[in-house]
Amino acid sequence: MQQEIVLAMLAKEPSYGYQLRARLRDALGPLGDALNAGQIYVTLTRLEKAGLLAVERSADGGDRSDRKVYVLTPDGQQRVAEWIAEVNWPKPDLAEFHLKLIAASSAGLADPVTIVDIQRRELLRRLRDAQRAAMAEPRHSNAALLLEGVVLRLQADLRWLEACEKNWTHRRSGS
Amino acid sequence: MNKAAGTPVLRTRGLRKEYGKGEGLVRAVDGVDLDVSAGETVAIMGPSGCGKSTLLHLLGGLDRPSGGEVFINSRRIDNISEKALARIRRTDVGYVFQSFHLMEELTAVENVELSALLAGRPPRAARRRAEELLDQLGLAGRARFLPSALSGGQRQRVAVARALSNEPLVVLADEPTGNLDSAATLDVLQLFEELHGYGQTLVIVTHDARIAATADRLFSMRDGALVDETRLTGGTAGNLGALIGLEG
Repeated sequence: MQQEIVLAMLAKEPSYGYQLRARLRDALGPLGDALNAGQIYVTLTRLEKAGLLAVERSADGGDRSDRKVYVLTPDGQQRVAEWIAEVNWPKPDLAEFHLKLIAASSAGLADPVTIVDIQRRELLRRLRDAQRAAMAEPRHSNAALLLEGVVLRLQADLRWLEACEKNWTHRRSGS
Repeated sequence: MNKAAGTPVLRTRGLRKEYGKGEGLVRAVDGVDLDVSAGETVAIMGPSGCGKSTLLHLLGGLDRPSGGEVFINSRRIDNISEKALARIRRTDVGYVFQSFHLMEELTAVENVELSALLAGRPPRAARRRAEELLDQLGLAGRARFLPSALSGGQRQRVAVARALSNEPLVVLADEPTGNLDSAATLDVLQLFEELHGYGQTLVIVTHDARIAATADRLFSMRDGALVDETRLTGGTAGNLGALIGLEG
């Protein structure tokens, strides 16, 4: 789990671990099911060691992790502000697939069009899953918005596969 | 409501449609064998010009093939009289088009009841059925609206209600999301999922992956032929988290 995400979820107010997890679940909807609570606590411990957050015990004492309240330190607040201002975007790895088609074709290992077909099936199944999940969410919820992004991205990938298919079909019949 | 699975509602064998001759011969549909079972949703995807709309017209008796056979519920329709074919089109097949094809001067409910009236149903029964359908499709409050007062998604809902008004054996949809934005597309996807849930047999031709992904089976069409079949039901049963890179 990316450290900045956990920090940013604490920016609103000091929170118990379970509150933090609830906030993530609410923001991600069914996509948050992949989140592992253990990972979040590992990340919290690392952030504490790095001085980006501090731990306070709640009034009724005890050292159990569900009694800890996590608070951002000034350094942590600074880090969150930087992260919010950063411009970055996940890079889709298109080159790997592209090179796979080229290698398969040039070495005669497989028909690139068949590889495209198999890949398309997989993406269509993912699209179906994401759409089903989107339909199950209330129209303007956080999770619906995230799922719309997933759906649009898969659509873009499928359009590129269409272009791959056209191109490789053309090369095959041209040669 | 689910009709018995296994009996093909729609079947084609060696289906062909050609235009022109000699050098200019175009094989729009080139040897298609297709079986669609009752209650199944089948999508046919392909680039524009691959012959998918022509195929849909042949399936629904809107056009005659150059060769091969088409059966609806085991009844051959490619060689029957024009009059008999017109009857099949009215009673056994419902159509949904990209541009809705609603009559702009008729209200939503009048559009929906029209095909029942044309099929000879009594006006009262036709109106009652039309109102029921609009209710079911979430348009109860819009029955007296003209199409121009409805959003794209709502217009497509009216068009779907119209397609269902004669309880067709199969609904054929040609790019049903082609003219819709992202939100309205979701609306239509939901509607098709509902129809599927009721056991309605559906054939959709499209180049929109979103609507294609709602199908049980998906065919790719290239140069008039079905070249790749994918079964979409079952499958990965999603680890959705993998879609957003939050794992690990």
